[in-house]
Amino acid sequence: MNTSSRLLANWVILGLTLTFLIGPFLIIILAGASDTSYLAFPPEGLTLKWYLKVFTVESFRASFLLSMALAVFGTLAALLLGVPAAYALNRYALPGAETIRTIVAAPIIVPGIIVGLALLRYLVVPTGVTVTLALFMAHTALVLPYAVRVVSSSMHNLRADMEEAAVLLGCSRLQAFTKVVLPNIRGGVLAAFILGFVTSFNQVPVSLFLSGPGVRTLPIDMLAYMEITFDPSVAALSALLAFMSLAIVFVAERLLGFSRYV
Amino acid sequence: MSDTFVQLSDVTLMYGKSVAVPDLDLSIREGELICLLGPSGCGKTTTMRAIAGLLDPASGSIHIDGRDVTRVPANKRGIGLVFQSYALFPHLNAFENVAFGLRLQKLPEAEIRERTEAGLATVGLTGYDKRKPAEMSGGQQQRLALARSLVMKPKVLLLDEPLSNLDARLRLEMRTELQRVQKETGVTMVFVTHDQAEALALADRIVLMKEGKIEQLGTPADLYARPETAFAAEFMGFENIFRVEGTKAVTDSGALELGFAPASPLLAWRPDGVSVGSGPHQGRVLATSFAGAHREYVLDTALGPVKADAAIELPEVAIGETLSFDLPEATARPLSA
Repeated sequence: MNTSSRLLANWVILGLTLTFLIGPFLIIILAGASDTSYLAFPPEGLTLKWYLKVFTVESFRASFLLSMALAVFGTLAALLLGVPAAYALNRYALPGAETIRTIVAAPIIVPGIIVGLALLRYLVVPTGVTVTLALFMAHTALVLPYAVRVVSSSMHNLRADMEEAAVLLGCSRLQAFTKVVLPNIRGGVLAAFILGFVTSFNQVPVSLFLSGPGVRTLPIDMLAYMEITFDPSVAALSALLAFMSLAIVFVAERLLGFSRYV
Repeated sequence: MSDTFVQLSDVTLMYGKSVAVPDLDLSIREGELICLLGPSGCGKTTTMRAIAGLLDPASGSIHIDGRDVTRVPANKRGIGLVFQSYALFPHLNAFENVAFGLRLQKLPEAEIRERTEAGLATVGLTGYDKRKPAEMSGGQQQRLALARSLVMKPKVLLLDEPLSNLDARLRLEMRTELQRVQKETGVTMVFVTHDQAEALALADRIVLMKEGKIEQLGTPADLYARPETAFAAEFMGFENIFRVEGTKAVTDSGALELGFAPASPLLAWRPDGVSVGSGPHQGRVLATSFAGAHREYVLDTALGPVKADAAIELPEVAIGETLSFDLPEATARPLSA
């Protein structure tokens, strides 16, 4: 193959990849703007009314708040567990460190359906914990692997003698951690937070099992809504959520070069 | 001893289950620059970490300035340590790196500013306040690490191979710099290195260590001229070391008549202590190189290879030719076994 045809092939592959990545997104945006009472693509007439209707659906508002709370607090809890775990795994030659890493990663390896079913069958049913608490625990567990992995990689280049230097200058071990380790892994912690937030917010299979009367995460609520109504507002909502994720990643990239960490 | 400032008594240091340093006794005087010298794994860094409090001795005691600090944690000992990697805080600028320890002491802002600026000035980094460590050269980072420890007015300043990451020219410059800082501040310094030239140039006294034990302790002049063991002699550049049997020098490859009867079991000669050009023995030239003030030869002799320096005035002898030489009594250094 000569150079120009190879170049052409590269462009074709790039074009196809981008089409597959961005195409569905464009379809959703346009479908949500269709001036019909049913989901249609290509759109027939353009309107913003479905985008506006999203904000008036009571169940969407409740489930959005639940999903937000789960994503924020679940991720915070995962970081609270994950940062010390990552620190310990990096600093100390723990016996069975590899096994611990594998166990920590399990929630992303085991299919969500199984995790969800297991939690329902062996946590919610026998102990009677509320579905909300079960959801919180499930989302924390799901985000934990990302927290440990991302924070670990940002801690990897942090040499132990920096903490020893801090101790010799008068720090306690804890102060050395807060004054020297934390500021230097800040980027990694923020990256882990964003990754965890998005993972939790978009989570479907586990949340599917952990729903109760009036307790549904947004993606599950959208599924339920679509079973009854087939108007373009679900597409409009999807588009809005995609924009929200994009905005978060964009801001993160600007602030701290997010892509370095994931 | 009245002038002892740091005293290690019967200190045993372990790494896990293995003994790194057994029963070490060492006293360091106030205001001196002492060098812990030895190959890697000799226990010099381990000893330094024990003085700093980063490693608890399995037994024995450590006194600093008359106080037993054996169980005092590292952050309460008042000791400075300049790490081999410098261990600067990458998220803080030069000023905040130096001010770090002062801020922990909750000193008034004016005093912090004054002492930090004085510290930066001592190491010649005035005007670099706002630079992050990553924006500084290796030599500047080294100075910054030194300033960060010095502003704390440590009782003892420990330096772990602080010059090993610098290029040759900077290393010489920093050596002088360290000596100047030590004269100015009068701080007791413990300097860890594997480079004997560095130790000889810098130290008031050298502690030569081997396998966790002190092999020999003395002034640079002492160690250079009068090493007591084969290990010390080798470290100080005595490259020809032979066993003695009667009036003969002996190696596994053969023997050579010395013409005198040494009292010690081992004899050592520096290459410049071997006389070349005349003498009772013959050696075939294996290698030769020009070294400015002299010419270095490696001779194949009855004893195996012998290293000898010849005066530059003597005509060069080519590889493969024969050269006469002598191992004179006058330049022989007797060693214990």
